[in-house]
Amino acid sequence: MEQRLANTWRMTVNEKKFIESALVSGLRVDGRNLYDYRKLSINFGKEDGSAEVHLGQTRVMGIATSQLVQPYRDRPNEGTLSIFTEFSPMADPSFEPGRPGEFAVELGRVIDRGLRESRAVDTESLCVLAGKLVWAIRIDLHILDNGGNLVDAANVAALAALSTFRRPECSLGGENGQEVIVHPPEAREPLPLIIHHLPIAVTFAFFSDESTLVVDPTHQEEAVMAGRMTATLNTNGDICAIQKAGGEGVPQSVIMHCLRIAATKAADITVKIRDTVEAYNTERALQKIKRHSAPVALDVSGTVPNVRKNQVKSEDQREVSGSVGTQVEKLKPMNERKNSDQSNDIEGKVVTKSLEQGGTNSKDGNPRSFIGGPSS
Amino acid sequence: MEYVSPEGLRIDGRRPMEMRKLQAEIGVVAKADGSAVFEMGNTKVIAAVYGPREVQNRSQQLNDQALVRCEYSMANFSTGDRMRKPKGDRRSTEISLVIRQTMEACILTQLMPRSQIDIYVQVLQADGGTRSACINAATLALADAGIPMRDFVTSCSAGYLNSTPLLG
Repeated sequence: MEQRLANTWRMTVNEKKFIESALVSGLRVDGRNLYDYRKLSINFGKEDGSAEVHLGQTRVMGIATSQLVQPYRDRPNEGTLSIFTEFSPMADPSFEPGRPGEFAVELGRVIDRGLRESRAVDTESLCVLAGKLVWAIRIDLHILDNGGNLVDAANVAALAALSTFRRPECSLGGENGQEVIVHPPEAREPLPLIIHHLPIAVTFAFFSDESTLVVDPTHQEEAVMAGRMTATLNTNGDICAIQKAGGEGVPQSVIMHCLRIAATKAADITVKIRDTVEAYNTERALQKIKRHSAPVALDVSGTVPNVRKNQVKSEDQREVSGSVGTQVEKLKPMNERKNSDQSNDIEGKVVTKSLEQGGTNSKDGNPRSFIGGPSS
Repeated sequence: MEYVSPEGLRIDGRRPMEMRKLQAEIGVVAKADGSAVFEMGNTKVIAAVYGPREVQNRSQQLNDQALVRCEYSMANFSTGDRMRKPKGDRRSTEISLVIRQTMEACILTQLMPRSQIDIYVQVLQADGGTRSACINAATLALADAGIPMRDFVTSCSAGYLNSTPLLG
């Protein structure tokens, strides 16, 4: 730890010896096997792109947001992805408020290397106007509780946030197509990001006894360990990043062994993330269907002015096209019928359309036949 | 763009497994306890070691071992365009952390309790592989300062381009 303050938690010699001797016999203090992960659960928030991950006692929250910015000069048609970490002081007594310390920066950069440099997120699809405007995705990782192995939990939080994030759809408009119009989510459905693969970080802890290594160390095991290594890889078998800084020297064979274990763990975690994201997406889609049937009550008052507007419009059109008053007469009874039928959203829309087009009777008959709304 | 020609030569005429020219010099900073300049091709870094000396911040003192601190910074003029913020940005913080952890593992800190060893590394010319050059320079500077170490720590960077591993 870089700042050894008076209130830093320190482990007693007894506890250290206990953990070490238990590991020599292949036992871990919380009863897990050497290569087992703790229970991983992912919960999503109300907003798209916010996820909270619980890995045993460790809690990390990831939030993804987007903004339109100018691209970097050497990459004019690619969007950007940046990761910011916040080690909240409530997570651990040694975390200080204010600027991120060394470990916060290291965690951010390890996840950044795994996500950005492995091109997990497609940045070319984030380009809006080449050289002028691109989407910048920002992921904020908040550490809420430090129960050990923050890197893995934060990585899962970042992936979960990215998988459920939706960016607003925007289109080009204006005189020469240089103006960008960002559509609000009510007008046009926001789009998900294109994610090619999920890089999963797996952390190993090495102990002074050479042959002992564990996966997913807890806070106590981290205080006892002699060295650590984080391997970020995906299910395609690509190794995206490896971070082993200092600590105990480890032979090459052990590193290769760790990478093999990490491959199996990454597969499990990927399946878990994909399942939870899918469940969230289906729930989101279900919620949207409910949302459309709700504004039936609103349109009851809404169709009346619409009808009048269209009536005026259609009358104008008639005059412009030089049609005879008989057609207008035909339209009027249609309108009266419609006023009494103010039930369904869909019905209202189709009928107004048909008015504008000077629709025939057959079109008018159709909406009645497919009344699907609840209050007709 | 072809980085390795069909004859197997890279842009600067090296083979894929060939490193750049290495040059080193120690005792370059008179005031420091130990110092070294390390060059790998066009990458040039200078390292200075102060220590073991008294811990400046008493609260950080370790009673059973020496405290190792490291600071990595790039000179403004080291890269092609003048750099805005040479220290304190996230990359420098991470590299400082990595170098510190590496050297801490090889220094026999148990022999110097309640003391502090400072390693300052400055990149003068950046042409790739600055991290490795810094670790090599730090090893030399520590040796020049007479600080007990387990062994030399050496470092080299490698890349992977178009299914060809490239060294240095």
